Amino acid sequence: MWTFFHKLGSPRHFYRISGRLLPWLGWLTALLMAGGLYGGLVLAPPDYQQGESYRIIFIHVPSAWMSLFVYVVMAAAGAIGLVWHMKLADVVAAASAPIGASFTFLALVTGSLWGKPMWGTYWVWDARLTSELVLLFLYFGVIGLHAAIDDKRTASRAAAVLALVGVVNIPIIHYSVEWWSTLHQGPTVTKIDAPSIHVSMLVPLVTMALAFKLYYATVLLMRARTEVLERERASAWVRELARGT
Amino acid sequence: MREFFHMGGYGFYVWSAYGVALVVLVANVLVPMLRARDLRARLARQARMEQRP
Repeated sequence: MWTFFHKLGSPRHFYRISGRLLPWLGWLTALLMAGGLYGGLVLAPPDYQQGESYRIIFIHVPSAWMSLFVYVVMAAAGAIGLVWHMKLADVVAAASAPIGASFTFLALVTGSLWGKPMWGTYWVWDARLTSELVLLFLYFGVIGLHAAIDDKRTASRAAAVLALVGVVNIPIIHYSVEWWSTLHQGPTVTKIDAPSIHVSMLVPLVTMALAFKLYYATVLLMRARTEVLERERASAWVRELARGT
Repeated sequence: MREFFHMGGYGFYVWSAYGVALVVLVANVLVPMLRARDLRARLARQARMEQRP
């Protein structure tokens, strides 16, 4: 078990193992997403209050969940890179930033498109929306640091510190709908008692959430593999690989 | 079918949301693919140059 992780930590083995894993991940993601979309757009009945407009939930909520999840992964990977100088952790942190920013952007845009017909406005400066916007800027900060600093190690250290400081924002986003009275509706799925959502809607929602998680794993591996090749381009195994193609 | 695209009058909002999601998700697959292709081409070029006497 430990030798497996040790091997995975070495860029060369990571490149090999991830290459074998990627097609499976990709197809599983596509399959789940197709199933979730069919369940959400075709099978699920309209909502008794919001009519058909609620169908935005099947991309809005998974995006919002992933915007938080990816941030935590990015901050944790950054911390591991900071403490143990693990190259692969730096790579994962750097590759996660643009993906997390994409999910955050999607959560904001789809939420805005849902807010217009339901609340009568695309945007309000309430706690949930504002803290999610701050999250987007935190991602931009991390991306900016990586782009601005040429030395990859220095860039990773600076980005990790910013990401770790920004972690305070995560519980603020999560609990914002309970701490402050906001226009945003309260949690539907993640609460102590049973979720207040019918099975016919819950199943496609969970399927989409799973699909988004696998999608993240897929595009993360794709980005990380290129990043690994780039960082290791002087090493013997990459030269060997380059001669082969 | 028309009813499906109409979405009970919310068609514009629902399909815009799904459209934006599609664009963002596809872009996140294409960008690393193109970058990988560029990098592999660059590395192969370097390798050929090194092999030349």
